[in-house]
Amino acid sequence: MTKLAKWGLPLPATIAVTVLLIIPVTLTIATTFGEAKGAFSTYAAFFNSGFRRAVLWRTLEVALITTALSLVIGFITAYVIAQMPGRLKSIMIIAAVFPLLTGVVVRSFAWLIILGKNGIINDTLMSIGIINEPLSMLYTEGSVIVAMVYLFVPLMILTLTGVLEGIPRDLIEASASLGARPIPTFFQVILPLATPGLIVGAVLVFTGSFTSYATPQLLGGEKQMMMGTFLYQRAMVTFDWVGASTVAAIMVVITIAVVSIMSRIARRLNPMAV
Amino acid sequence: MPTRIHPVLGAFAALVFLFLLAPLVIIIGASLSDTTYLTFPPQGLSLRWFANIFQIEAFRRTAITSLQVAFLGTGLSLLIGIPAAYALNRYRVELPRWLSTLFVLPILVPEIVFGFSLLKSITIAAGLPVFPSLILGHALLVLPYSVRVVGASLASFDFSIEEAAMSLGCPPLKTFMTVVLPNIQAGVIAAFILAFITSINDVSVSVFLTGPGISTLPIQILAHMEQFFDPTIASVSVLLMLVTVGVMAIVEATLGLTFLTK
Repeated sequence: MTKLAKWGLPLPATIAVTVLLIIPVTLTIATTFGEAKGAFSTYAAFFNSGFRRAVLWRTLEVALITTALSLVIGFITAYVIAQMPGRLKSIMIIAAVFPLLTGVVVRSFAWLIILGKNGIINDTLMSIGIINEPLSMLYTEGSVIVAMVYLFVPLMILTLTGVLEGIPRDLIEASASLGARPIPTFFQVILPLATPGLIVGAVLVFTGSFTSYATPQLLGGEKQMMMGTFLYQRAMVTFDWVGASTVAAIMVVITIAVVSIMSRIARRLNPMAV
Repeated sequence: MPTRIHPVLGAFAALVFLFLLAPLVIIIGASLSDTTYLTFPPQGLSLRWFANIFQIEAFRRTAITSLQVAFLGTGLSLLIGIPAAYALNRYRVELPRWLSTLFVLPILVPEIVFGFSLLKSITIAAGLPVFPSLILGHALLVLPYSVRVVGASLASFDFSIEEAAMSLGCPPLKTFMTVVLPNIQAGVIAAFILAFITSINDVSVSVFLTGPGISTLPIQILAHMEQFFDPTIASVSVLLMLVTVGVMAIVEATLGLTFLTK
């Protein structure tokens, strides 16, 4: 009876993950090795193409910059939130949760209104006479990064607020009572304790921006092709499924590598772990 | 944490919140504009773009599809996720560790890769129609929430209560429904909300699985934007924000919003 329950209860979910995720994704990756020209020919073709290499580098660059900016902005904001009195703290958390729960399409669309040719920034700059011609801000790497930072800052704020609130007050009071001033306390007590949380947040933002589709599609377009939009274009516009599968395989390898390396580092750096 | 913050940090945080909320205010403004193009501040106030949403049949149809997919996909994920979460906690020592890793795979694999692979295998190779493909895809996408969030609630559940009920002769399923489930209610609600929101906002998986005649709202919005750049999209966005407000009210009433920082 117990044996039946033990293996039977997780069975439907196990079958679902196997049939709908593991097998399909494995098949996608497997097709990239089945080419007549040799097992790695599709990868050779990917890395020999200047355009495709540029797509990969751009995606890594955008993801890294987005992660760095989100970390700094999110950490400072979470630090302020964590020290606010109850009521103000709730309001700030609500203000961070609201964009988080709003869809990615809506949040990316907002930046089309702001950065577009007839957008707010161009309108304002032209009406006060700083520029005569509207600036082309859309479909640049910068527009994609701004929208991505906008997308991920709330996630970072909420993750880090939880982390900072979890730091025992006693430790900070102990540091202060032993004579440490706020800045050394921050760097020697708070920051090391928050590091595992910072790594978790960084991994979430990096993988999220590295694999994103909607935001680069709307704000980068054809000009700023990224891995997600390139995969879609290969698969659904040119019907080059082997090419699309190659992009997919590279995305999977990089994502899993980043997640496993960073979670190992996080475990090692955790000062609370024995 | 010390309770005094440096004014520079306070000002920085204020700017961050301006950055987070101003774009949403701008969308609301643009939706009210009486012009045929998107602009902010609005020129003349009008609700005609809201009326226009209801004239466009595709928005109504895809909104219904999105709701159906979100309810059925989330329901299915809870149906298979809760028993898995239960087993992982109840038989923690005996079950292999890779089993719990298995259920977070949908988070680890990039969504766009998952969507593309599902299209190739279940829609094209297995010939499954669009609607069930969408439901299965979304169910799997949100499965980690069902297993992990419900699992977190089960981790603090005292299984000796369950043993007490069973030793007094209560059958297993009845024990689960009347003893275990009420105790993990908060976790189930949280999992439902997170999964539902993820499903209804999803683009990366749906973009591959939607087919002729059947689409979800976010995909329809993207398609509309490619052809028209009028305030209709802003109005649809405002309606979606109202849905978010509704969800937040439910979260606040059932769990309290602070649960989201945990």
